Amino acid sequence: MTAPVLEVKDLRVHFFLDEGVVRAVDGVSFDVGPGQVVGIVGESGCGKSVTVRAILQIVEPPGRIVGGRILFTKDGAAAADLTALDAKGPVMRAIRGAEIALIPQEPMAAFSPVHTVGAQVIEALRLHQRQWRPEGAPLSRREARALTIELFRSVGISMPAERIDAYSWQLSGGLRQRAMIAMALSCKPRLLIADEPTTAIDVTTQAQVLNLLRDLQRRDGTAIVFITHDLGVIAQMAHHVVVMYLGRVMEQGAVADIFDAPKHPYTRALLKSIPSVRAAPRTLLPTIAGSIPHPLGRPRGCPFHPRCPDAIPGICANRVPALRPVGPGQHASCFLYHRDEADEP
Amino acid sequence: MTRYVLKRLLLLPVLLFLFSVTVFAIVQAPPGDFLTTYVATLASSGSSISAEQVEALRREYGLDQPVWIQYVRWMENLAKGNLGLSLEYQRPNAELIGERLVLTVVLALFSFVFTWIVAVPAGIYSAMHPRSALDYALTVLNYVGVATPNFMLALVLMWSAFAYFGVSVTGLFSPDFVDAPWNLARVVDLLKHLWLPAVVLGVAGTARLTRVMRANLLDELHKPYVTTARAKGLPEWRLVLRYPARLALNPLVSTIGWYLPALFSGSLIVATVMNLPNIGPLLLRALVNQDMYLAGSILLIYCFLTIVGTLISDILLAWLDPRIRLEEG
Amino acid sequence: MAAEAVPAVAVNVAEERVSVASNWRLVWWRFRKHRLALLSALVLIGLYLVVLCPEFFSTQDPEATDARLAFMPVQRVHLFDGARLSPWVPGVVGKRNPMTLRMEWRADERRKIPVGFFTGGHAYRLLGVVPSRLHLVGAASTDGRDQIHLLGTDRLGRDQWSRLVHGTRTSMTIGLVAVAFSVVLGVLLGGISGYFGGLADLVIQRAIELLQSLPTIPIWLALTAALPRDWTPQQVFFAITVILSLVGWTTLGREVRGRFLALREEDFVLAAELAGASRRRIILRHMVPTFLSHIIATSTLAIPVMIINETSLSFLGLGIRPPAISWGVLLQEAQNLQTLALAPWLLMPGLLVILAVLAFNLVGDGLRDAADPYSQ
Repeated sequence: MTAPVLEVKDLRVHFFLDEGVVRAVDGVSFDVGPGQVVGIVGESGCGKSVTVRAILQIVEPPGRIVGGRILFTKDGAAAADLTALDAKGPVMRAIRGAEIALIPQEPMAAFSPVHTVGAQVIEALRLHQRQWRPEGAPLSRREARALTIELFRSVGISMPAERIDAYSWQLSGGLRQRAMIAMALSCKPRLLIADEPTTAIDVTTQAQVLNLLRDLQRRDGTAIVFITHDLGVIAQMAHHVVVMYLGRVMEQGAVADIFDAPKHPYTRALLKSIPSVRAAPRTLLPTIAGSIPHPLGRPRGCPFHPRCPDAIPGICANRVPALRPVGPGQHASCFLYHRDEADEP
Repeated sequence: MTRYVLKRLLLLPVLLFLFSVTVFAIVQAPPGDFLTTYVATLASSGSSISAEQVEALRREYGLDQPVWIQYVRWMENLAKGNLGLSLEYQRPNAELIGERLVLTVVLALFSFVFTWIVAVPAGIYSAMHPRSALDYALTVLNYVGVATPNFMLALVLMWSAFAYFGVSVTGLFSPDFVDAPWNLARVVDLLKHLWLPAVVLGVAGTARLTRVMRANLLDELHKPYVTTARAKGLPEWRLVLRYPARLALNPLVSTIGWYLPALFSGSLIVATVMNLPNIGPLLLRALVNQDMYLAGSILLIYCFLTIVGTLISDILLAWLDPRIRLEEG
Repeated sequence: MAAEAVPAVAVNVAEERVSVASNWRLVWWRFRKHRLALLSALVLIGLYLVVLCPEFFSTQDPEATDARLAFMPVQRVHLFDGARLSPWVPGVVGKRNPMTLRMEWRADERRKIPVGFFTGGHAYRLLGVVPSRLHLVGAASTDGRDQIHLLGTDRLGRDQWSRLVHGTRTSMTIGLVAVAFSVVLGVLLGGISGYFGGLADLVIQRAIELLQSLPTIPIWLALTAALPRDWTPQQVFFAITVILSLVGWTTLGREVRGRFLALREEDFVLAAELAGASRRRIILRHMVPTFLSHIIATSTLAIPVMIINETSLSFLGLGIRPPAISWGVLLQEAQNLQTLALAPWLLMPGLLVILAVLAFNLVGDGLRDAADPYSQ
């Protein structure tokens, strides 16, 4: 059993606002094995994006990592705790972009509008050339350009030699996303973080991008952390699923287990709310009762209990359930399964 | 893009023509003319001039002609490149203006360089360290700088230099160097006198520019492309300068064109206070004395500078921002 | 259950207040949070109180000259007389320097002139109607011979404090009136241009471009130099205001035109038209409120520019002319180094300019941030 590429242990990220402290991530733990695709799914505001920003150590003030550890294992080396590194220091910067790469949410806004896409990819290549090309002379401009053209071709961008000199707003949504993927993969990272890569593009392009990611992942063995709110995409892409709500993990496990035998009431409610072709016509679409609470007004106890159909009176409102095994390889944090084990609130 | 520029260039003479009419009308607006003021000045100093002499002068200067004929004569001369004669100084206007033009340009350039060298780094620092002590200090300085009229600043600085250091910084040269030939010592003396007006001229512009730069950069720093760049592992300074600062500068650079005419006009008041042989005081006297060809020519030059400045601004903006440049094509 | 429901309920109540408040309420609430802007607003209110009745705030008649009292320095106000709280200023003794023939003043601490509040002084008419002799500050003695000169005197022996107070009225009013004119012109012409389009738009736009291409300061100089020398101060005042606003309306006009052009295409305007609203109602009730707060914020930021411009023009002798008093006219006295070296307190009006402009800028910035629905 090889060491996991990434181990997130009890991560806590709090935002210190004038109005109060928002506990955006409040005790999240999960592992990513080599070559595995882990999908993080949850509604808006559950803390998925903040979690991955914390992994990359680019949490913006007034947010700060206040607890937990993030262990990252490079090839053959010992695990390093990313939270102990200086976020702006050279060690973390060498990891960022080269070992762990980000595919951000909106490719249009994520590229600089006044630099060509090629220039931005080349910048990434030259920045980390010591890492993905440890021996040999520094990368010449011509070499970098040729490499970038090759990269573009490998992600399926047609006419790569012309596209390299285009600006991001001159490309279509699908091409932009492919260029972004090319830039993320340029330094052959061990871990790829995809932050809702398919949210901003239409459905047909979405399918293409997902196929591309899957092929690349199989070819290079890159581990992927895939963030989305779309359960259908999770079903296609992920090996392992983490369900988050209000900064905590509600349930996690293999994708088959989560979809076929969800244990946590939240997961069950999410799955039930997917409209189905097979449902009886003219029935009300099931929803989750209530709405997401204001970030400053988090409920005490289990974060989901005000909306939970199976809440146990007296227990769920007072204690926070811990993430505990509920089956082989499946964990859930719910008092329905383990009455006695709670976390500190 | 080129079509746009060509269109603006073609409009230039039309605008200048319209301006020349406006300018001439304004200059001629006060009742009376140059000679009435001249006679009044003579009278107050005790000498006098006979009525026939006045009439003769009037005919000689063409002041007895109706206004529109005077305008036409002016236009004819302009077309030949002749800026006319100054009634007060009895010298060609081109000479008078030319003498002072060099100084005006040098002063404007100095202020311009000073402003940008100070404002851009200050704005970048402020945006990157918001609410730090230095940011607050800079913000206070900026607000006060914008609020201070530049002649007031000139007065205060002149007075402090005089009261505390016994140094008189009016004029361009110290008394020894006024008529001296050009050598290194004279240049140094010139610089010693030039730094004060350059700073005074630059202060308000620097304050404004720093505030705008800070605001623009603060906006850009939260945009997604900055996160991407950071996620690539770029060092913070390189990242800020190459991406958000570049984008924050764009709207500022487009104001460069307006800067030059503004600097020329701004130096008007400062030059009067500090006794600098600038175009400003020349214009002032010409306006008050109704030395119409001189005043008209100077005003027309200002108009020309403004139009050219605006055109430069627009061209710069299009050139720097590929979104605008390529949209046309 | 109740314990953790409280924060949720409190948050909900706050959200409800916000959602039913009118636009102006919201703007006011946000403006209130800027303490600096609030402070500046108080300063401005204070200044405009002075504008309403400068005679009440001044100590002497601003026109009263007395060459024997020229260039008296600022008199320091002492708050305590021994142990009592009783403000007083030291008397001043003057001696003429036999060489320079100038008066040189020395403070004589033994002679104490008590300072009183709400004292009697020279006569005036409150708001031009009600006769009164009441002044905020003045020498408390009854014989009227002792005068206090809080900010010294100028070369003609005129009390600087009183002149400053009277100058405040002119300078602050010009700024306000000039901007008001500009706003009216800008909104009217910009609105016609933007809403109706067509020929009116073409003409107005060309006019705006023409006016904006003119170099402002030289044109002002030229226009103000063109004012006849024999006009009364009131006529000059009015003319200066008009000149300042004629050049200033173009920026606002362009913005208003742009807004109207964009708003014409908006869905909510279409909805109002389909609902049968009259054109006037659509303009006044639907379109204008969307950018009214922006106009107010922009105008507030334009006033200090006008103040500085008027001050500069008057300083050069081209704006408000003596015997009318404005800050610029007062600063004219400080034009040369010799005078300044002798009487640096003549620069005081400049400090007031800075104060007023600072206050306006802070209030304007605060308004702009508070009125922008998308900020924060």
